Amino acid sequence: MTTSGNSLYGRLDDVSADAGYVTHPQRVGFFTDTSVCIGCKACEVACKEWNGLPEPDADVLALTGMSYDNTGALGASTWRHVAFIEQDVISEITDGAATRWLMASDVCKHCTHAACLDVCPTGALVRTEFGSVVVQADVCNGCAYCVSACPFGVIDRREDDGRAWKCTMCYDRLRGGLEPACAKACPTDSIQFGPLDELRETAQTRLAELHAAGRPEARLYGADPDDGIGGSGAFFLLLDEPEVYGLPPDPVVTTKDLPSMWRWAGASAALLAAGVAVAFAGRRR
Amino acid sequence: MSQAEQLQVPPAEFQSYYGRPILKVSRWKEPHLPGYLFLGELSGALAVVGAVANATGRRSLARTARLAAATSAYAGGAALAIELGRPERFLHMLRVAKPTSPMSMGSWILAAHSALTSAAAVSEVTGRLTRLGSAAGAASAVTGPLLAAYPAVLLADTAVPAWHAAHRELPLLFVGGAMTAAGAAGLAASAVSRDRSDFGAAYRLAMIGSAVEGLGGYGLESMPGLVGEPYRSGSAGQLMATARYLTVGGGVAALAARRSRVAAAAAAALLTGGGICAKFAVLRAGKASAADPKYVVASQRPTASPGG
Repeated sequence: MTTSGNSLYGRLDDVSADAGYVTHPQRVGFFTDTSVCIGCKACEVACKEWNGLPEPDADVLALTGMSYDNTGALGASTWRHVAFIEQDVISEITDGAATRWLMASDVCKHCTHAACLDVCPTGALVRTEFGSVVVQADVCNGCAYCVSACPFGVIDRREDDGRAWKCTMCYDRLRGGLEPACAKACPTDSIQFGPLDELRETAQTRLAELHAAGRPEARLYGADPDDGIGGSGAFFLLLDEPEVYGLPPDPVVTTKDLPSMWRWAGASAALLAAGVAVAFAGRRR
Repeated sequence: MSQAEQLQVPPAEFQSYYGRPILKVSRWKEPHLPGYLFLGELSGALAVVGAVANATGRRSLARTARLAAATSAYAGGAALAIELGRPERFLHMLRVAKPTSPMSMGSWILAAHSALTSAAAVSEVTGRLTRLGSAAGAASAVTGPLLAAYPAVLLADTAVPAWHAAHRELPLLFVGGAMTAAGAAGLAASAVSRDRSDFGAAYRLAMIGSAVEGLGGYGLESMPGLVGEPYRSGSAGQLMATARYLTVGGGVAALAARRSRVAAAAAAALLTGGGICAKFAVLRAGKASAADPKYVVASQRPTASPGG
């Protein structure tokens, strides 16, 4: 079992090299600054258009009653999802009751330690040279293990097609030297694309700006390479707790505990063999 | 149970995005997954029984166990295959051998186990290559316990709180269930067969298995707080309780099974039913655990006040 080093858990500075790429481009990713998101959903549309995504399994014309969010959640056919949160606050201008509107475009996190990739039994999920995580549709057999392994509820199986699908970070566009469709379409630069190192610096600067401007609630999510998933390739600036946006507060890659799981299963297997031996050790009849 | 809950801190109010799940609810289906869990563990224990019976000269039992081990391995494999979104790509499971994927490891275990139990069964039926058949049967006593236990790793290695936290309890439930199922099969045979010389072994196996299975089930239901709640409430909780009643009832019936064939048949049916119920309960508990965001938030913020 490859439990040594940083393969399963912990800080990992060169994820593509860890995956076996001898030479590779810089790791790229998304920095989604939700403080400037205006909820236009251009990212959702651009993603659907570029990737030719079909209608989701759920009724596409149904209204959810969740503010302006009628998309609902990320899924097999929804690779960008704009969340809308309406909060009752006290207005800073009038001191009266007001509504604060949070908007955030969610996407696959392209984790440094990606549970979906770890558990995939066919090798359909792979790490690309850019450090992103992609499903090979010609290999996936639809076992749905990744669906339960993802700590963010991102990847899902398309039931009419039988395979698992998720954001590819527009792998085809990256290969052609273009930025992903969602980042290209974003009119406010809420979705920024680039080398992950640079994005993390940009994000720190922006966070300091917001704190200085009296926004102590601003925080980065997924930007820490020492967190439970080794930092994500797509990270966020949020203005409230992660769970308010439907994000897990402190996800840890499940594979971290894999050695311990196998130890308990191995001991139990030995117990089974011993149990049968004991049952047959007594006299007959 | 309710009393214990009242002794705890009042339930926290969790924030969420319109109450929607943070995780995706498992796509694994009924009866496929629970059926596979049951058939796999049954085959695993029967393979060990066949090997031990062969080694101790119980020819008739060895024959029955070998045939049943091979049959249940293939039936379990079929349940797995039709569970896939693309069943025709079943063999993609053997495209790579991947230690980080319990399903990859499990596929190789199942493949090896199926091959070994088939070799033993074919040798048994044809009466040819009996040494090779015995060697294959003996090797299947190694793959069998692994086949029964690995699904615990498969379920625990997910983001589902009720599964991930249960990496100690699930393997006990599964290997206990394996012994119970094989013991119950022996009790069923003793109910209809003229030769009851193997009754004692089947009885002891069923009793040991029920104890281990009960321990695993008890462990799941007593996992503290919100992480164990899905095993205590809803349809999963009902199925866990039903499994417990059936297993205990089967154990009681087994006490009378030496004298009564009816009691032997009843014990076999009750014990088997208990094992199957427990497998359904585990799947449903996992789905309930993924469907409500409070379980995810609580598992990642055990001490923080709601809202941080």
